[in-house]
Amino acid sequence: MGAPSRHEESVAVRPAAVTARGWGWRHAGRAKPAVRGLDLEIRPGERVLLLGPSGAGKSTLLHALAGVLGDIDDDGGDASESDETGSLLVDGAVPRGQRGRAGLMQQDPETQVVLSRVGDDVAFGAENLAVPRDAIWARVHEALDDVGLSHLPLDHPTSALSGGQKQRLALAGILAMRPGLILLDEPTANLDPAGVLEVRDAVGRCLDKTGATLVVVEHRVSVWKDLVDRIVVLQPGSATDDAVLLDGPPDQVLADARTMLAAAGVWVPGYVPETRARSGNPAAGSGDLLLAAEHLAVSRERPRRSGFRKVPTVPVQHDISAQVRAGQALAITGPNGAGKSTFALTLAGLLEPVAGKVSATLDLSRGAGIDPYKWKAEQLIERIGTVFQEPEHQFVTGKVLDELLFGPRHLGHGEERVDELLERLRLTHLVDANPYTLSGGEKRRLSVATVLAAHPRVLVLDEPTFGQDANTWAELASFLSELLDGGTAVVSVTHDAEFTAALGGTELRMAAAEPVAP
Amino acid sequence: MRQELNLRGNQAPLTRANPLSKFAAVFLITAVLALSIDWVSASVALAFEFLLFPLAGLTLTLLWQRGWPLILAAAVGGWSTSILAPDSGRTLIDVGIWTMSEGSLELGIGFMLRGLAIALPAVLLMSCTDPTDLADALAQKARLPHRFVLGTLAAMRLVGLMAEEWQTIGMARRARGVGSRGSAVQRLKATLGQSFGLLVQAIRRASRLAVTMEARGFGGGRRTWARESTFSALDAWVLAGGVVMAGTAVVAAVSLGTWNMVWLGS
Repeated sequence: MGAPSRHEESVAVRPAAVTARGWGWRHAGRAKPAVRGLDLEIRPGERVLLLGPSGAGKSTLLHALAGVLGDIDDDGGDASESDETGSLLVDGAVPRGQRGRAGLMQQDPETQVVLSRVGDDVAFGAENLAVPRDAIWARVHEALDDVGLSHLPLDHPTSALSGGQKQRLALAGILAMRPGLILLDEPTANLDPAGVLEVRDAVGRCLDKTGATLVVVEHRVSVWKDLVDRIVVLQPGSATDDAVLLDGPPDQVLADARTMLAAAGVWVPGYVPETRARSGNPAAGSGDLLLAAEHLAVSRERPRRSGFRKVPTVPVQHDISAQVRAGQALAITGPNGAGKSTFALTLAGLLEPVAGKVSATLDLSRGAGIDPYKWKAEQLIERIGTVFQEPEHQFVTGKVLDELLFGPRHLGHGEERVDELLERLRLTHLVDANPYTLSGGEKRRLSVATVLAAHPRVLVLDEPTFGQDANTWAELASFLSELLDGGTAVVSVTHDAEFTAALGGTELRMAAAEPVAP
Repeated sequence: MRQELNLRGNQAPLTRANPLSKFAAVFLITAVLALSIDWVSASVALAFEFLLFPLAGLTLTLLWQRGWPLILAAAVGGWSTSILAPDSGRTLIDVGIWTMSEGSLELGIGFMLRGLAIALPAVLLMSCTDPTDLADALAQKARLPHRFVLGTLAAMRLVGLMAEEWQTIGMARRARGVGSRGSAVQRLKATLGQSFGLLVQAIRRASRLAVTMEARGFGGGRRTWARESTFSALDAWVLAGGVVMAGTAVVAAVSLGTWNMVWLGS
């Protein structure tokens, strides 16, 4: 593995142009097209932020531009039965077959990494384009430099990277292909605030250097506003309406359509949606004590054996104490990897404490015993409800209505509450739908509703607002404020300062976990 | 929790040999041992294998951690052979239906040693071979289709993630009231449900990874390799070592008269 001169070849990147004429796409097995009647012209080197409600076909468009639409359907549908109308061209030719002309980054950092060593992963795309060996390593070094990861050795394991680093690594892998078109599909939706800026700044630096065309899809306008020079708002296309609702420079679009965008759930800069105020925010420390953590040490790892030896678990955090009180919000904040979720899951009776204890008061336990981890599942759900970050992890049936009835049926009571929850969380029209087919916002609302159907006195939520549009966000915050006023305790793990402010209550800030030698 | 798929910290000489030559040497040794059940050839091979430990960066502790199921299986196999094999010679133990004689004990020990001698090279091979290097060698030197090799390599990275996902889904389901404790039937039902959840997530992850790979130009005809898989003088030594080990084992067994071809009967 030679390390040839680092800036030997400087093949200029040729920015790509995009032309859509009446373009439409229907996924296999779907009645309605995902995109319909799209007319759009993007000049080489332009930087476009793509906005629009979920269901407007933003991701479909990016996949089509990347030339990967049709082969592999996320829902496992048969691609041969999908349907294309009109034309979509990159540099005047169909995107499929122009390998390497466009680079695509998706949302989930884990699936943006292909190989297990940093250097190999960046080289992967260039190898596939049959770039000569020496040129590949020059490109790898340059790309890692551009995304700010050049301090890592080439054989550094990719599994040891943070979410933000993984996304920057993916960007380096894209840059090493020297694409004229960079496509980002919600690249920062799963990242903490520091990770978001890391990735945004890396993208900015690379565009300034290469001049490539950019199309980015994101809810959070403020993050990308200063980096793009054009905003395009899509709407679900119909026979009469054009798919492009608005198109223009960022400031103009945001000025003209601020109210409309906000109403559509877009996070326009400086806008915090109205939420229901707490009626008489009780003072910290008041309310009946329900649950207490004392000197808790937490870890996801279970004690394991290696050979005959018992390996002690290394806690990610230790000596945490906290109190959960009726009608009180507790926000758990801190950087990624600090063990916030692990602590919340331990508090919720889902993980066993490594040291210290979690104890439920008689008020909460009602005869089930002091330690929530030892409760039976049926006992747990009517005392402590937990909403996971990924709603799909919690779906146990094939129908929205069955999901909601699942808890009450197990408990043998509470079915009458389900209608009210459906109504309150706007799921009534979806009762017969399969939970997996819902939009992101609908899945979130459903996961909250299913847990609440068992009527728990403590509600624990893990990053409930991640990747949500402003409307779902506001609904959720208002709904939780109502629950709090009704006497439920709400514990949320969150990076979202506005959300914490909307709920009030106390904040438990966890410091970054100290690296412990294994 | 997540298994590392590389050999961080292992600087042993054999990590630098080409995986294919290591494979060939291991194949040679195990093929010879598979021919005969006798304690001489197995012991000779075992002795050589223990000598190789430092060269592969393996220690007894690591061996036990990675290979204990194989070691236990060999021991159990040896034990059952020695009590069940046809008796010959002096009877050593006689407990009702179980009898162990000199002949059956010899066969049992031979069986156990042979099991160990066949299993150890695999442990040795895995402890000094990085999956990425193996993939490079298989695609570039053995000319296996690169789509298949790299697809498998990328999928292996997801296996570690699946272990984490399994735990998360288990907790998420408990939070929905699905108990994973209780009677055997209840636990089986819970495990089946959890497996289905994992399968759904695995398919979703895999299809997203496939999109990522395709968007990076994967799946085309010609591709280059950033790292060349090469053979060096070390590989000649590895092969020679394999030949010497296999040969010594056979010669020792034949000259001591214990060579005992499996299919010829005893």
